[in-house]
Amino acid sequence: MEKWYWMTVVVLMGLTVRWAVSLNSYSGAGKPPMFGDYEAQRHWQEVTYNLPIRQWYFNSSDNNLQYWGLDYPPLTAYHSFLCAYVAKFINPEWIALHASRGYESPEHKLFMRTTVLIADLLVYIPAVVLYCCCLKEISIKKKIANALCILLYPGLILIDYGHFQYNSVSLGFALWGVLGVSCDWDLLGSLAFCLAINYKQMELYHSLPFFCFLLGKCFKKGLKGKGCVLLMKLVCTVVASFTLCWLPFFTEWEQTLQVLRRLFPVDRGLFEDKVANIWCSFSIFLKIKDILPRHIQIIISFCFTFLSVLPACIKLILQPSPKGFKFTLVSCALSFFLFSFQVHEKSILLVSLPVCLVLNEIPFMATWFLLVSTFSMLPLLLKDELLMPSVVTVMAFFVACTTFFPVFGKTSEEELKLKSFCISVRRYLPRFTFLPKLIRYLFLTSVITMLLLTLMTVSLDPPQKLPDLFSVLVCFISCMNFLFFLLYFNIIIMWDSKHGRSQKKIN
Amino acid sequence: MAAPGVAADGGHWFSALALGVTFLKCLLIPTYHSTDFEVHRNWLAITHSLPISQWYYESTSEWTLDYPPFFAWFEYVLSHVAKYFDEEMLNVSNLNYFNSRTLLFQRFSVIFTDALFVYAVHECCKCINGKRASKELTEKPKFILSVLLLWNFGLLIVDHIHFQYNGFLFGLMLLSIARLFQKRHMEGAFLFATLLHFKHIYLYVAPAYGVYLLRSYCFISSKPDGSVQWNSFSFVRVFSLGLIVFLVSALSLGPFLALNQLPQLFSRLFPFKRGLCHAYWAPNFWAVYNALDKVLSIIGLELNLLNPNKIPKASMTSGLVQQFQHTVLPSVTPLATLICTLIAMLPSIFCLWFKPQGPRGFLRCLILCALSSFMFGWHVHEKAILLAVLPMSLLSVEKAGDASIFLILTTTGHYSLFPLLFTAPELPIKILLMVLFTIYSVYSLKTLFRKEKALLNWTETLYLLGLVPLEVCCEFLFPFTSWKLRYPFIPLLMTSGYCAVGITYAWFRLYCSVLIGPFIGKTKKH
Repeated sequence: MEKWYWMTVVVLMGLTVRWAVSLNSYSGAGKPPMFGDYEAQRHWQEVTYNLPIRQWYFNSSDNNLQYWGLDYPPLTAYHSFLCAYVAKFINPEWIALHASRGYESPEHKLFMRTTVLIADLLVYIPAVVLYCCCLKEISIKKKIANALCILLYPGLILIDYGHFQYNSVSLGFALWGVLGVSCDWDLLGSLAFCLAINYKQMELYHSLPFFCFLLGKCFKKGLKGKGCVLLMKLVCTVVASFTLCWLPFFTEWEQTLQVLRRLFPVDRGLFEDKVANIWCSFSIFLKIKDILPRHIQIIISFCFTFLSVLPACIKLILQPSPKGFKFTLVSCALSFFLFSFQVHEKSILLVSLPVCLVLNEIPFMATWFLLVSTFSMLPLLLKDELLMPSVVTVMAFFVACTTFFPVFGKTSEEELKLKSFCISVRRYLPRFTFLPKLIRYLFLTSVITMLLLTLMTVSLDPPQKLPDLFSVLVCFISCMNFLFFLLYFNIIIMWDSKHGRSQKKIN
Repeated sequence: MAAPGVAADGGHWFSALALGVTFLKCLLIPTYHSTDFEVHRNWLAITHSLPISQWYYESTSEWTLDYPPFFAWFEYVLSHVAKYFDEEMLNVSNLNYFNSRTLLFQRFSVIFTDALFVYAVHECCKCINGKRASKELTEKPKFILSVLLLWNFGLLIVDHIHFQYNGFLFGLMLLSIARLFQKRHMEGAFLFATLLHFKHIYLYVAPAYGVYLLRSYCFISSKPDGSVQWNSFSFVRVFSLGLIVFLVSALSLGPFLALNQLPQLFSRLFPFKRGLCHAYWAPNFWAVYNALDKVLSIIGLELNLLNPNKIPKASMTSGLVQQFQHTVLPSVTPLATLICTLIAMLPSIFCLWFKPQGPRGFLRCLILCALSSFMFGWHVHEKAILLAVLPMSLLSVEKAGDASIFLILTTTGHYSLFPLLFTAPELPIKILLMVLFTIYSVYSLKTLFRKEKALLNWTETLYLLGLVPLEVCCEFLFPFTSWKLRYPFIPLLMTSGYCAVGITYAWFRLYCSVLIGPFIGKTKKH
């Protein structure tokens, strides 16, 4: 009883903060001719409502793909279609073909914000609440605190309710997937994850861990007996859910191909705008985007991504465990973010979601990462005039984390989950005891740099020769942080079970 | 609000609560703000650019300065910070001046001055007896009280959305109450005198202060049965109290006395030309009276008992402050309301004198004074309910009976503030915050008093739950009906009528608990 009352309070807090942020500006507000993601979503409603389904992804006189053409998988399109129906009911002008282009009004903003809130309330928030209730080995109060911290994560709130996107839907489905797979409802889990992929193709960042974890489970049960049955069931679920989502586009080969071309726009380049990944940071020194031909860029990025996800994935197949699964999700998503082709700055949310899930296990590192992830989107948030809500929500999140978790009190090797790693290093380097201290210093340096850079970006004008100086610096610093985190998470994953085994031996 | 997992060390949780609500206030900056925003901007301009002799004469804007001098000085001080934000907002003739820097400055001035409120809450928490102290932090009376005060829904929406400076004023009031609890009477008296010269609405509770200080401070001891021991009267104490009040008043009113402007000042402070009820009807006795009049006049018209041509065409809820003439029932004069208020207050004052119960008795009397004046006062704002709600929070964490009164009073009182925010984007905010605060207060008090009988009986529960369909009717269904144009006042009428019942009931129950309640004299402590 008490648990549910606190959970209600926490959810209400999350909702209040979300709605308060949504009162702010959105991307591309009053900026013709292209506007921003807000207009993109509105435009998709217009297109999906007014055009027959076979024209949604095709360029035509009624559907100019250069102007925010639909480039997300079918589920997003269906969602837009649904919203368009409601919009039509309230005010047909909002989705009138051609005439509604660039439509903005306070009522329309209210409508759009409400659609985000409803989607969030239906998909993401229940998943978070359920996930926290299902956590094992922690007290009820910790579960509730955990839920509050996850719901207050500023990155997602600012992008969904400030910038304007529906990330909570795809991330929510992914979270349902994680929940299902970790609680051994494998079929439901894979169904939810298929929905996530069919909502946003970026969810593919999470697909490898899902695949490896489920495969590992099958292996564990024995590929000749129960494992095989499970595998067949999983394959059927995935195929069925994909077919269901793509049914209208499977009628013709050309349709399917066109949708796929829209989803994976290879010709858009290695990265877009300023992203805190390796390629963008590296191009400060060398403009690889211009020097190398496109197919080589694709090959290079593929190789790097593949190499960096490989160890964690192999480990997960060999030793599938819900805990390892969560950490592998973090490391794989981070690898994809850092190395893969055509990455957006908002894709960091795909890494943040699994990091939120390990918040109660490694509060210090998780809080740090979540702060950096929000910081890495600073140029975008500034462009959308979201400085004020960003600063406030980040501080609120930080206060919440430090209040509920002993973030600074406990940074020993044990708490950082680095004990087994340190023990094995000490075999060669007996003096290797300074790691926790080093990490604390790194944290301080990182936070101070972020603070200073934020202050500079807000208050100073960049020199005329280098108009992008600050945003490039933000990306570079964040990228360095992310590389460090990649290393850290890989170490945790690789040394995890050795620690577990030694514990078992002691037992 | 939520600090379930807080390590129970020192005051760490308190700063987390205070910081949390401050962040929420910052998030509310871009919300809707009422004309009070322009009122305060205008006062900034008046105090900044005009000599003191002009302050209470200036009338370029319709929002003339109508708060006592200390508040004018407060605006004067603020204006010297404001000039670094935007000089233009300090120009008297810049009516309805607005830009983002002005907004930021004004909003932040409220948020920063709330620091006093936070401090006062901190002091109040010290005065709560910790008999019920549980091991669980979230079940400690101190924790619950600080949430109830810091996260108070009414204060949040009135100050940080609607826009007013109640936070630091209530801070002063709570601080003076805390000082009286701590037996630092002189400080308490000084703080309250200062408060009166910031905003004269607090005059409503002045009788409680006066009688309490006279009875429990100026008389050093009581007889064992609690009656006055006349020979223990201390002239020194009376004199020093008088001196404090006199000095504060002299500081505030002195300059205007020297300028011979006191009559003008008082005519600004007490504008009896305004109507019996505020633009929105506060849920008090007169709201029921007006509603009855309106219903009778409609019935009269239907039955052809009244001549339609003789009925004054004044829509009471059109949004402008104006006189309202009753059609059937006798019209009410300011004097009548004053007499009603005094009569309503009198029993509680008597109790305070004849059954002194220490600072808790004083607090009860203060709340009753606030509620009585809310029930019968002239031109009462619905915001005035906070005057009773906030002190009531102090009582609610100590006794189950008070907790139950608090729940009814707060929930109905807060709901009656809903018409303040009528814009669509703020609708979810007000509903979410209200539900958040109500759920928290109900469940935390239930947990606190779980050993006692249920806090709310089924009629009370049903009444409070009735607010949900009321809200659905008023804000979700009514706007889509054809009555919206013909009878636009119906939602407000229903709201204030419904809330008036709850507030009257809470007032009545509190009165009963004071009048019937047992005598706990000082003798018991000895």
